[in-house]
Amino acid sequence: MSAWLHRLTDSDIWWSFKSSWLTVVAAVATLFIILVSFLSPILAPHTPFDPATISLSDGLKPPVLVSADGEWTFPLGTDDQGRDVLSSIMYGTRLSLIVGLASVVVAMIMGIALGLISGYVGGTTDAVIMRIADVQLTFPAILVALLIDGIVRGLISVKQHDEIAVFVIVGAIGLSFWVQYARTVRGSVLVEKNKEYVQAARVIGLSPMLIMVRHVLPNVTGPVLVIATLNLGLAIISEATLSFLGVGLPSTQPSLGTLIRIGNELLQSGEWWITVFPGITLAALVLAVNLLGDWLRDALNPKLR
Amino acid sequence: MPPLDKLGNNPPLLEVKNLRVEFPTRRGTLLAVDDVSFDIAPGEVLGVVGESGAGKSLTGNAIIGLLEPPGRIAAGEIRLEGRRIDNLPYEEMRKVRGARIGAIFQDPLTSLNPLYSVGRQLIETIQTHMPVSASQARQRALELLKEVGIPGAEHRIDHYPHQFSGGMRQRVVIALALCAGPRLIVADEPTTALDVSIQAQIIALLKRLCREHGTAVMLVTHDMGVIAETADRVAVMYAGRIAEIGPVREVIKNAQHPYTRGLMGSIPSLGHRGERLTQIDGSMPRLTEIPKGCAFNPRCPQRGERCLVERPDLMPAGSGRAACWLHDARGVGAPVKDLAHA
Amino acid sequence: MLDIAPDGQSPQRSRQFVHIEGLKRYFDVSAPWLVRMLERRPRQIVQAVDGIDIEIAKGETFSLVGESGCGKSTVARLVVGLYPPTAGSIHFDGHDMSGRRSGADNAALRRRMQMIFQDPFASLNPRWRVFDIVAEPIRAFGLAKDKADLEEQVGERLRQVRLAPADGVKYPHEFSGGQRQRISIARALASQSEFLVCDEPTSALDVSVQAQILNLMMDLQRRLQLTYLFISHNLAVVYHISTRVGVMYLGRLVEQAPTDTLFKRPKHPYTRMLLDTIPDLDMSGRQRSPVAGEVPSPINPPSGCTFHPRCPFANERCKAERPKPVAIEGGSVACHAIEEKRIPIEERSYTR
Repeated sequence: MSAWLHRLTDSDIWWSFKSSWLTVVAAVATLFIILVSFLSPILAPHTPFDPATISLSDGLKPPVLVSADGEWTFPLGTDDQGRDVLSSIMYGTRLSLIVGLASVVVAMIMGIALGLISGYVGGTTDAVIMRIADVQLTFPAILVALLIDGIVRGLISVKQHDEIAVFVIVGAIGLSFWVQYARTVRGSVLVEKNKEYVQAARVIGLSPMLIMVRHVLPNVTGPVLVIATLNLGLAIISEATLSFLGVGLPSTQPSLGTLIRIGNELLQSGEWWITVFPGITLAALVLAVNLLGDWLRDALNPKLR
Repeated sequence: MPPLDKLGNNPPLLEVKNLRVEFPTRRGTLLAVDDVSFDIAPGEVLGVVGESGAGKSLTGNAIIGLLEPPGRIAAGEIRLEGRRIDNLPYEEMRKVRGARIGAIFQDPLTSLNPLYSVGRQLIETIQTHMPVSASQARQRALELLKEVGIPGAEHRIDHYPHQFSGGMRQRVVIALALCAGPRLIVADEPTTALDVSIQAQIIALLKRLCREHGTAVMLVTHDMGVIAETADRVAVMYAGRIAEIGPVREVIKNAQHPYTRGLMGSIPSLGHRGERLTQIDGSMPRLTEIPKGCAFNPRCPQRGERCLVERPDLMPAGSGRAACWLHDARGVGAPVKDLAHA
Repeated sequence: MLDIAPDGQSPQRSRQFVHIEGLKRYFDVSAPWLVRMLERRPRQIVQAVDGIDIEIAKGETFSLVGESGCGKSTVARLVVGLYPPTAGSIHFDGHDMSGRRSGADNAALRRRMQMIFQDPFASLNPRWRVFDIVAEPIRAFGLAKDKADLEEQVGERLRQVRLAPADGVKYPHEFSGGQRQRISIARALASQSEFLVCDEPTSALDVSVQAQILNLMMDLQRRLQLTYLFISHNLAVVYHISTRVGVMYLGRLVEQAPTDTLFKRPKHPYTRMLLDTIPDLDMSGRQRSPVAGEVPSPINPPSGCTFHPRCPFANERCKAERPKPVAIEGGSVACHAIEEKRIPIEERSYTR
């Protein structure tokens, strides 16, 4: 373990990381947000979605530093139901992150598998998969996610839907993103397929499946990592968009997007804090993740070294 | 041709003195070319031969002024016809390149701009360096294309690079290098990417043209065969330094440096069949791990104690010079056994 | 050449370890169907290998030489099974490689022939450790009894190529080009193979490293009784290590002969021209006749004898009729001028 750590800190990647202060700040910010949100059961001052702990009398309190009506128990204010905005943000961020990460994983697995098969097998299989991919690319990802979500809602009752909402959203967003993974992996596979080490494996007589998984796959995952990191921000925003539109996560398990939606209705009457704080958090999170992704892409690009 | 490696009365066309090329990296500074000095006389062909990592291409690039940053010339002088060129600003160097030094690189595909016709590239180069009209430039371009042996030059002058085969493209590159009348051509592996039958044609062409135009050539290559056919003198590089320099025939048949001897012995030739090839065990040291003393000492069958600590400079040996204590009066000291195998 | 007995099985055939007959491989490089329809373009076929007959005896080194586009690398891949032939047959130790056999039989034959590639950097999987790379054939063919046996076999192979068994834990990028070729050789030998197809194994290496690898390959051949099919464009190397040499031009075998015969008494005009391109490192000052023209594109080869545009001895028959190989002096030549005895066969020497 320590040898591995030593190799990591000695590597070019670590050095390029350290030398860019922006990346370090972004990494620290991301880490901070992740830690705080995942530790929210411990750190959050309230449990805003447990109906037993909230009371309407606490409703619509402004943030403590802005007006005299504020209280330190609700540092960022409360919404119309009396839920603490800070705690809502913490739980909400956690959910946003879970959904974002999970949908990226789904897209990655699907994209890698299809890209691998498409590139290695070639021929008609390749043509079919790529045409499906092309068709899907003509639709904006949000529309695809909306479509999938809509279909599921149409098929099952609202109550059932609320229970499995997270899975539906993850599936919808994941399915809308697989194409770029598949295309990138397919490109890498086409390059690696002609390399002599693959030919050597064929001469030994290994089955195409074994060659794909054992030889080619480890060599095509590099660019995937970069896409995944950049995709994470996009996935989080997509989920927020869907929730904002009301077709994402329900209010009983709100993510940042849902919170923004809830607050949006109250914006007109002057209670700005219910929308703005989750909005800032969302923006900060996505910005930090995107900066990390940018750095990773440049660090892993052999041409820029 | 005089057998010495320094010509008597003619002032040299190119003088390289104590050239050092460095690459600053985060792990420290790498020394890629270490205190290299040589001259080229007008009209002579100097071969610079070495294996990968020896620093020969970097030396060539330094002379043309095309070292890629962060590489840079850290010390030494390069003089062309008496004038220093290693410290010229970019604009000045640009005028020198083309007009006084021509360049031929390995890959004819990337040396020519695929978007412009061959004629246009020639005419552009000619007009940049010579005060002639467009039609005069075109005339000169046509003449050059005929000289380098492009059949049907009159209409091929307007063709694009992809319409030529590999060998033809390299001929165009030679024409491009010669068109502004340079005194020196630096050719970096000009035939490596070509088929063997084309290689022979291109080498013969280069040799003939340079003789006719009186152009000197610095021929950088790893292919000893090309050197044997073309060069008057040859410098053998190892780990960023010159190991041996001298008339080509002498260096090949009667090498003075143990590395050169090993190198010549490891090339299969048609004279001796079936015998085991001479083998130099180990490999050239990486730039980060150059041994103290003589860089070749870990692999040298004739090393002595002195070779481990003192670095030899080029000293007279045979009809040329070699960087080896074997040619020094004091010798190598007590022999050291146990060659390290890299 | 060979006499074919009525039942198709020649008695001589079983004596030849590797027998290639009438081997052809065509590649369809036509534009996509839609483009062809719209632009009325014809199909384009590259005849990469156009009828090759080779026999290799056990323990021998047969070298195939030629310039780019001659098809020698394609022949290597056909022999080893990476491409199926368009026509012709490959017999290995008497077995027809293209016949239908059970998976187990196929594997047993594949085990005995392996390939070494040109590029030392692309022929090893950069993500695998050297141990796994060399162990892969052993595992695939089930040649080790248990883990200890596997480790010992891998260690033995590494030692055979003059590397240390401890090098197994490293990754390919930690080795130099020459060392990586040794690892490739170790992998090829790991399946206890007897026949190695070597595709330009030293072309990408420095000259001194090439000497190490060639010496190693010759040592291994002696010790393990290996048979080599050696592909190269470097005639000096070929001269040094081969028993027999075949010269290819645009997919056809123009001449083949024992090495000494080919180099001292070359017959086909292309062979003569090729030999003239070998640099004169012994500084013997030998005369070289000028060389003309370039290798034509394999998509549109010349008619008849494909060498006729560049051949100083070509006549009308050469333009129209493809020459058939004719047995001569222990080898064969495909040339009308030789067959008609129009050109003299001279003796060459390469030393003063």
